[in-house]
Amino acid sequence: MKQAVSIVLVLLLGAFIFTALYFADSSPLQFKPYGDADLSGRVSQGYVDKNVTADAASEEPAAVVYGETKNAETGSANIVTSVVVNYRSFDTLGEVTVLFVAALGVGLLLSGKRRRQEAAFQPSFILKHGVRIVLGIMVIFGVYLFTHGHLTPGGGFSGGSIIAAAVLLLYVSDNAFKAKVKAFKIAEGVAGSLYVVAGLLGLALGGYFLYNFLPTGVVGDLLSAGIVPIVYILIGLKVGSEISGVIAGFATEEEAL
Amino acid sequence: MIQYFAIALMLVGVYGLLTQKNVIKLIVSLNIFEVGLNVFIISVGYVSGGIAPILTSQNNTSALLYVDPLPQALVLTSIVIGVGVTALALAFARRLHNQYGTYNLDEMEGE
Repeated sequence: MKQAVSIVLVLLLGAFIFTALYFADSSPLQFKPYGDADLSGRVSQGYVDKNVTADAASEEPAAVVYGETKNAETGSANIVTSVVVNYRSFDTLGEVTVLFVAALGVGLLLSGKRRRQEAAFQPSFILKHGVRIVLGIMVIFGVYLFTHGHLTPGGGFSGGSIIAAAVLLLYVSDNAFKAKVKAFKIAEGVAGSLYVVAGLLGLALGGYFLYNFLPTGVVGDLLSAGIVPIVYILIGLKVGSEISGVIAGFATEEEAL
Repeated sequence: MIQYFAIALMLVGVYGLLTQKNVIKLIVSLNIFEVGLNVFIISVGYVSGGIAPILTSQNNTSALLYVDPLPQALVLTSIVIGVGVTALALAFARRLHNQYGTYNLDEMEGE
């Protein structure tokens, strides 16, 4: 009975979404079918051309060329990164805060005197020694991802997650392993505060919060895009230590009284 | 086409949220809902024949046809929030299991 009602409700919701998206009247705001999106009518064209703040009507922007364009509005070759850490950096600060609050909540819920959880299985020889080989490569790859976040796919969030995955592997491969949770907390606090300090420096030097006050350099260079790589490294450290802390919380259990 | 699949995935997630009794299955339903939503938002920015919005030494000028970078940036945010929500929900589930010895909502007795 309950299932039948749920199916009816879900189908009604689906029909509503479908008609609202695909059969509404053709106003300028009408939803475009898949693949028909037109960037020239959207703000995104400004992100691609690195030409958001200039007056769009006054001049046709010159094309940004990889390895040649100097001192563009934001120098990062990865356009998604330029949106995430430059144009909408304040948004990202809020996002990092949400992740911090979630990690704090996990820490509170799983607090108390902790010891390592009872082993569900004994790690095999291959797991133990394979992890030793892979671990360094994983950490280096994570660091590579967040230092090159403004040039290649990836960035602070994915790099931090890979570092946290390395910590998870340590937990899986050794039943006695316990990470130093305090070090994670210090790292995440320092990285988060430095992000805010970078924003306040922008406020002092450029006039608004999180202003990109460093020279943006040549598009495509490692040392380009001003504060974008610095902020992404901070985000990577913060996310990595935060998710590692969450993993450490789940891998331990309360000491039996 | 992929948008219809994304909407269907969202509906599967809503159905799971409405019918399931197990806390872990509820969290999984929430995640399915979220994945459907993320795929849908990404698909909104797709341009036929467009390339990924990253300047490289091959695709080296902004005059090429790129897909919309803004939905991708928003989904990056959404994925991270999803991770936080899932971690918090799992921590709650574990507290419930410690207290009641079960993950089933019907078997939890009030005090």
